[in-house]
Amino acid sequence: MEARIGMRNIKSNIFKGIIVFFAFLITVPLIIILLYIIKQGAGQVNWKFLTGVPAPVGETGGGIANALVGSFVMVLTASIVAIPVGMAAGIYLSENPRTKLAYYSSLCVDILQGVPSIVVGIVVYFWLVKPLGTFSALSGSIALAIMMLPIVIRSTEQTLKLLPDSLKEAALSLGVPYHRVILKVTVPCGFAGILSGITLSIARVIGETAPLLFTAFGSPFVSAALGKPMESLPHLIFTYATSPYEDWHNLAWGASFILLMFVLTLNIITKVITRKWKIQL
Amino acid sequence: MFCIRNPKFVENKRLQLSNSQLKWEVLFKRILIAMSILLVLIILGVLTTLIIESMPSIKALGVGYLWGKVWDPVQNIYGAYPFLIGTLLTSFIALIISVPFSYAIAIYLGEYNPKGWLSDLLKNTIELIAAVPSIIYGFWGLFVLIPLVRELEIKFHVLPYGYGILTASLILAIMIIPYGASLGISLIRMVPSPLKEGAYALGATRFEVIRSVIMPYTRSGLFAGVLLSLGRALGETMAVTMLIGNTTTIPTSIFATGNTMASVIANEFTEADHTEYLSALIELGLVLFFVTVVINLIGKRIITRFTNN
Repeated sequence: MEARIGMRNIKSNIFKGIIVFFAFLITVPLIIILLYIIKQGAGQVNWKFLTGVPAPVGETGGGIANALVGSFVMVLTASIVAIPVGMAAGIYLSENPRTKLAYYSSLCVDILQGVPSIVVGIVVYFWLVKPLGTFSALSGSIALAIMMLPIVIRSTEQTLKLLPDSLKEAALSLGVPYHRVILKVTVPCGFAGILSGITLSIARVIGETAPLLFTAFGSPFVSAALGKPMESLPHLIFTYATSPYEDWHNLAWGASFILLMFVLTLNIITKVITRKWKIQL
Repeated sequence: MFCIRNPKFVENKRLQLSNSQLKWEVLFKRILIAMSILLVLIILGVLTTLIIESMPSIKALGVGYLWGKVWDPVQNIYGAYPFLIGTLLTSFIALIISVPFSYAIAIYLGEYNPKGWLSDLLKNTIELIAAVPSIIYGFWGLFVLIPLVRELEIKFHVLPYGYGILTASLILAIMIIPYGASLGISLIRMVPSPLKEGAYALGATRFEVIRSVIMPYTRSGLFAGVLLSLGRALGETMAVTMLIGNTTTIPTSIFATGNTMASVIANEFTEADHTEYLSALIELGLVLFFVTVVINLIGKRIITRFTNN
């Protein structure tokens, strides 16, 4: 009997060892990737890199200003489209959870979350690029906005559902009209939660390449015109990484480093907001 | 209501004010409804666009498209079979590699070490893996993983392309681990402690509690996590496009080059110069859309059922 208990304990400990090993092993590739990007990319970043446009083939140097401006403009436009729409749909879902419309739009949010980004690219190509006759930053922004929607909607919905009903009831009993109750009481109370959803969605789309391949396409010029093709950080990395030129690889490493920093910062901001918000609740 | 709407009675300023507020209220509610309808319209729009645009290819090729073995745009022959195989092969290899990791993470962070700084650190690291853009995984894979795979291939005496199914699957595996893991963590934490305590009271070891209480309790939920990661893997485009080698042949081994549905679209969409070619590519998108949607909805359904119980 003693011996069997011993065996069972040993077995249990071996199992624990395997679990701990596998759980921590996964951090190894991540650390290797991060260090590699930092090693290759950080050295590329200087003032000229941030403000210059790509040099033609054969010349060294050049910068990624076109991609920085392009990513900024497109993510900003996408946010302007996606945040109001997403918040409105999220408010509807949290306020009317049992209607038929809520069922179907909730189902659509689930579907949208699973749609591969390349499919969004194809569809926006037929919605905007083909009718307008040119690749454009606008179509890229719309594609990104569609990718942002599910995260904004779900975070709005879930945050507002957590708020106590008494809050809304108190405001309503004072005779405050419905829209003001939502806009002045419920949304401000859940603001941090919604904000964390927004930063998370931006962090997700800023690195999206696939939906931009057939929409914003890419361009070697610094421009903020929504009707024209526009470069973006991930698309620039893709074109330069798959090119045969050493100089362009270096530009791509630098751009990867900057993109990674953006994504990390946005994720840290999200973390800080959610932590703060949890304390407030 | 009548007296507010009828202008004759609206002399009182207050009534006027509440009248305008009422209008705003109605408008606000309509906007909320309109935005929810917009969502449904987006999905319906995506579906109809894909179906309409792939119509020429559906009409010309029929169902045989799915198991046509040759994809040759120059000869105008389109068969999706090589890409179906490529997609399934990369996704399933990635899944097989990733499942032990995501289960281990779920068990470790859900049961062994649910609180504390080490647990937080590991959890944040896992979330970071999901946050890194796929293009960066692809770029890293191109310059670091491919030379490594090439060396491996030389040792196995196969043609050392470096590109191929194996390389793409390895990167995919890293990318999809967080999706199964983070769901698993929250599910394992939901196992009621009386169940576990009962088993401990009967003299079970930790391993036995995990094997005979936690695992059976969370089995369906963990399976849903695997489905969600599969959905991710099937639709992943950029990293795979950069690493799989982009050939239209049917992959014969894990070292062979190939193509997935998503990577073919990414590569050839802007080159497609005639209607049939383009619509054959869109039909791939349609198939991809259906498969990922079905997998995701099944996964979500299982999770909802699990959390409601």
